[in-house]
Amino acid sequence: MSLKINKLLQKKKKNILELWMKNQLADEGLREDLISNEELRSQSEELIDALVSNLGEDNFENVDSDLWSPVIEILGGIAITRARQGFTPRETGNFVFSLKEALLEILQQETKDDAAALFAQSLRISRVMDSLSVVTFETFIKGREEVILRQTDEITEISTPVIRVWDGILALPIIGTLDSARTQVVMESLLQEIVETGSSIAILDISGVPAVDSLVAQHLIKTVSATRLMGAECIISGIRPEIAQTVVHLGIDLSTIITKASLASALAYAFKAMRLEVKKIPAGQR
Amino acid sequence: MVLSLSKDTIQVVKEQDAVFLKNRVKETATKIKMGLVNQTRLITAASELVRNMLRYANGGRCDIEVVSSGRNNGVRLTFTDKGPGIPDISQAMKDGFSTGKSLGLGLPGTRRLVNEFDIKSKIGEGTTVMVIKWANG
Repeated sequence: MSLKINKLLQKKKKNILELWMKNQLADEGLREDLISNEELRSQSEELIDALVSNLGEDNFENVDSDLWSPVIEILGGIAITRARQGFTPRETGNFVFSLKEALLEILQQETKDDAAALFAQSLRISRVMDSLSVVTFETFIKGREEVILRQTDEITEISTPVIRVWDGILALPIIGTLDSARTQVVMESLLQEIVETGSSIAILDISGVPAVDSLVAQHLIKTVSATRLMGAECIISGIRPEIAQTVVHLGIDLSTIITKASLASALAYAFKAMRLEVKKIPAGQR
Repeated sequence: MVLSLSKDTIQVVKEQDAVFLKNRVKETATKIKMGLVNQTRLITAASELVRNMLRYANGGRCDIEVVSSGRNNGVRLTFTDKGPGIPDISQAMKDGFSTGKSLGLGLPGTRRLVNEFDIKSKIGEGTTVMVIKWANG
């Protein structure tokens, strides 16, 4: 093989960069609102530098080798930033695809007459660039997934607030489906709050739970038992008529638990248990 | 004679799919004007069955169909998995029996929540559960 790819890359670095930039700028999908030309240029330059300085002839096709890791690191960094900035996968993919085109074009100029060499080398370049674009997509998707995971955590956190409605009375409104992971969070924050406030009554409000199946019921029973172990009483409120019928049909026994239809009646029960009274003051009296 | 009017298939592989499935079931039930109580029963039944599928068979498939029989409209759910199968169905249909650590109300409870219930299972091949809830049943 007369032509060395790494030699070619080193020699033509400037040309490749120019051509690549030209390709990228000519692309209609270029997001000038998300990335400035200077930034794009510095990203491209960084990647080409890494490509040229790290690659030898023998490790060119072996993308798993250590010499490739700086290149992959840079590419991954770019893909993750783009995922966070809100680029589409196509726009991110074009970053690598346009480099491939630039490389192939330079290669064609260099091997004008030698069709066999041109074919052999373009095959190698294609293979390498394809695995680089796979890397880009993998990192891009990972970047997006991180965003989703963070949001999931935030939702779990905001959806389980423990409210101190009165001295000694806690309320915990549950919104959404109760799965094992959320029950854990609910139980932990409830028990913690009972210790911190010295409360004796906790109200679990399930008005926001769409359906109570046997697992949700089991989780509720567990939470109530744990609260009782801490010396506090637990009331479940917000049981809608259709939920009540479903629970009866399912055959779940909630008779050991104090249940109320609304948060207001649960609060009234709690007041009674604590020997508190809410009175309306007659007019004219202060 | 039960006629199927429309069909929708959902693959269930992880717990988040269960929420999506329940929403779909609710949409379908609302479309045929099922009452709130029956809707909740159907969704709860779906919730039990999808949970069994995820827990014992690592997921599977659910077909949601709008069915009609005479004047009655309803929703048919068919859960198909390729799990280990149930060795003794009559035992599994008993209240309080569970191989896991649950209350053991899933299958018998589901049967009480729906109008028609059918379960087929083969060891090593998988389990199919079919339920129908009529709009005014």
